[in-house]
Amino acid sequence: MTARVGVVTFPGSLDDGDAARAVRIAGAEPVRLWHGDPKLHGVDAVVLPGGFSYGDYLRCGAIARFAPVMETIVDAARGGLPVLGICNGFQILCEAHLLPGALTRNQHLHFRNRDQVLRVESAGTAWTNAFQAGQEILIPVKNGEGCYVADTATLDQLEAEGRVVARYVGGNPNGSQRDIAAITNTAGNVVGIMPHPEHAVEALTGPSLDGLGFFTSVLKHLVGAPA
Amino acid sequence: MPRVVVDVMLKPEILDPQGQAVANALPRLGVSDVASVRIGRRIEIEFTGEPDLDRAREIADKLLANPVIEDFTVRLVEADETAGARS
Repeated sequence: MTARVGVVTFPGSLDDGDAARAVRIAGAEPVRLWHGDPKLHGVDAVVLPGGFSYGDYLRCGAIARFAPVMETIVDAARGGLPVLGICNGFQILCEAHLLPGALTRNQHLHFRNRDQVLRVESAGTAWTNAFQAGQEILIPVKNGEGCYVADTATLDQLEAEGRVVARYVGGNPNGSQRDIAAITNTAGNVVGIMPHPEHAVEALTGPSLDGLGFFTSVLKHLVGAPA
Repeated sequence: MPRVVVDVMLKPEILDPQGQAVANALPRLGVSDVASVRIGRRIEIEFTGEPDLDRAREIADKLLANPVIEDFTVRLVEADETAGARS
């Protein structure tokens, strides 16, 4: 049976359409989820897309965290539901305390928009098992508040437990500590990534097809996961 | 009616690039005796009934501040000291 991957739309989401397209190109059925509807409609995984949910008022992701759909997603994620947060989705996952640390204003204060090389550090998560650890990939980055910060103990713990999922290579676009571009939770089902794999799934529109691996990974994970 | 004022500041160990940018602009105003600038956020809360500091603290902890990167303080002020009263 085709896997069903939910893509949430918040007021101010921008990349929900591209995320749904990436899910479809990867071979799954995208299911659009609405922020105000707490039901997950039987999806097998969820993508929180990029954008400016609720206008990014207060702090990025701070208000989206309290959306009805997020309360359900937080519970389901703690139960093992694969969740990928991209850009604003990563910010929401940190605000919801599903991932440690926080994303703050880019250190140079500029919005950064370019194709970015990443090194996949952990291929053990639900969203990166199609990659090899150490593999370099090229996907777009575009953020104004992508500077990952956490206290030293948290950073050391992330490194020690292999929970740094990807790092920036060839220049850090936002000042993130230890060049962190993506992290995961202890169980490996929740991943937050600042760059945009959903924009690199087709030759026509992306700099590579490297982003597709995140979406095929979750399908592989679902096939292997106990029902 | 008194209001509750919540002041939210980045923790001292978190870099504040906005504050740095402002500090770097000060010499252009001829100001050379400022060592550092840090930027925070002030939030005024008006309750429907009596102001409730504990409730305000809960709101600040859950939503207004992100305790991972920010500290906050909560205090009561008289209405004529608040921005709403002046406008």
